[in-house]
Amino acid sequence: MKPIQFSQLLVLSLILTVAATGCKKTPVKVTDMNGPRMGYNATPGDNTIPNLPPAEAIAAGPEAQTSSGHKEGIPQLGPGRFQGYIPHPEILKAYSVYFDFDSSVIKSGEKPKLNSVADYLKGHTGEGLRLEGNCDERGTEEYNRALGERRALACREALAEQGIDSLMLETISYGKDKPVALGHDESAWRLNRRCDFVVLTPPAAP
Amino acid sequence: MKKTTHICLGLLTICGSAFSAAIAQSINIIKDVGPGQEPPILVSISGLSGEAAQVLQFDLYVQGFAFTNAEAAQYQVIGRNNGNLEARVVQRINKSELLGNRVYSGPFRRQVHRFADDFVNALPGHAKGIAQTRIMFKGQAGATSEVFIADFDGHESRQMTRDGSIVAAPCWVPRRLAAYYTSYKLNHADIFYHDFSTGARRVFARYGGSNMSPAVSPDGNRVAMILSKDGWTDLYVSNADGSNLRRLTKSPQDESSPCWSPDGQWICYASKEGERRSLAVIAASGGTPRRLATPTASSPTEPDWSPDGKYIAFTSQNGGNFRIRVIPAQGGEARDIAEGEDPSWAPNSRTLICARRAGGRGNYVLSLLDVMTKQVKDVSRISGTSSESQPSWAK
Repeated sequence: MKPIQFSQLLVLSLILTVAATGCKKTPVKVTDMNGPRMGYNATPGDNTIPNLPPAEAIAAGPEAQTSSGHKEGIPQLGPGRFQGYIPHPEILKAYSVYFDFDSSVIKSGEKPKLNSVADYLKGHTGEGLRLEGNCDERGTEEYNRALGERRALACREALAEQGIDSLMLETISYGKDKPVALGHDESAWRLNRRCDFVVLTPPAAP
Repeated sequence: MKKTTHICLGLLTICGSAFSAAIAQSINIIKDVGPGQEPPILVSISGLSGEAAQVLQFDLYVQGFAFTNAEAAQYQVIGRNNGNLEARVVQRINKSELLGNRVYSGPFRRQVHRFADDFVNALPGHAKGIAQTRIMFKGQAGATSEVFIADFDGHESRQMTRDGSIVAAPCWVPRRLAAYYTSYKLNHADIFYHDFSTGARRVFARYGGSNMSPAVSPDGNRVAMILSKDGWTDLYVSNADGSNLRRLTKSPQDESSPCWSPDGQWICYASKEGERRSLAVIAASGGTPRRLATPTASSPTEPDWSPDGKYIAFTSQNGGNFRIRVIPAQGGEARDIAEGEDPSWAPNSRTLICARRAGGRGNYVLSLLDVMTKQVKDVSRISGTSSESQPSWAK
């Protein structure tokens, strides 16, 4: 097997720079863009977030179907937004939000934790937050990946409603791939149905 | 005449009655039996021993064959093996040769796979042989997972990524040694495109939020995926190079696991209607999704459209029970086939590979199942992994 060629990965990843198109009648375009090669340093445990140009928000396609009575989702920027930021999983470790089985609804008992997270962010302007959604092992894999994402998105919406700048909040779902409890019963499952909050601090000024 | 004899034999086996109907009607009766209700084709194997017999039985079993003695078999495989496989197939009823004597060379398992394909392909009306096809899947060891490729029976496996991270939902690009898959390598849930023939890969989708569940269209020109960049988990489609991204759904509900119709016109995915999970079908160019009703099958997810377009296989979940079901693509009865999750069709449109939970420990093994006969066999375990899941069959 040949070694993976990251240089090619890098160059081609530039495709992801997105041109915003607001026109309602034309399909959304993603524009190829040339640019400088970027540093690429993302080994496991590495604290850097890879350097990629930020993607801008894109309007929905013309045929998108809207569920009646619901507000829009809150668009998020690409991961390049937090290039160089340092993750701190320990700061808000005590405030992980837990969910019921197969649910992304934030229970009333969990809401005070989100208030605490919002208070922290209000006191630390300029810091970002990664919301990590997780599931227990009971669902199917990709269903759970989407479910974990909806848990993170639900927390993100709740924080935005408290006045936190949503562009400082990015979501990721691990589905059932990153359990904190390894058992196979409810005592483990309830700990795995969660959203963790990882503080992202900006790189120190040179 | 071979065709006539074969069809009539099948009919006799099923009904035990003499036939007087026209041949055309006999064919219809056989086909109408459908998923889960066809009897296996009976085969005897003589003269083959050890690995040759094992490999051949495995190959045939997961394509709807079962084994008996020479007197009861429809087809008699007569062969010998000492380094080279030599075999022929005789129809028991009239002693005529279905397949003349052939001698094979090359790697031994490959010899047997080639004979199995020659046999199956000589059978009138039977789906094309799959013994020389390959699968891709996620192999997990501890907290990390990698993409693997193997022969369809799990042998000859090769690890294709070495990232020490998490991968998900590898999807084999048709007619190419390449895949799209989700990778957490860059501390983000991105979709990579990976050309295994050169080792080159690139980030295909790295939008804000999670980039999930890539599914490449049968012509290889488009990719369906689940993105959350607009604040909800929705279904999107782009060109194979990532350009022309288009949002197809706009719903706060979950969408997951898209798959394509063989003509590339439709995408089936797991969705929710009210509080109930359901399957939905939407035009790949956009439009109003319609629900694909799956009566009696609770919580459907992970649909996969058969290459002949006739059926959609999916996972039905009832509590801790996960079952593979198959429903006509136009709607109808969702037939229960076997235990398992995340089915992927073989190119023959009758064999599925799926993941099955083993031993209650959350680990998966891969399992092959012949939809028409419900015959099931686990594939060979992969060394170095504790769990194998999310299979994608090369087409």
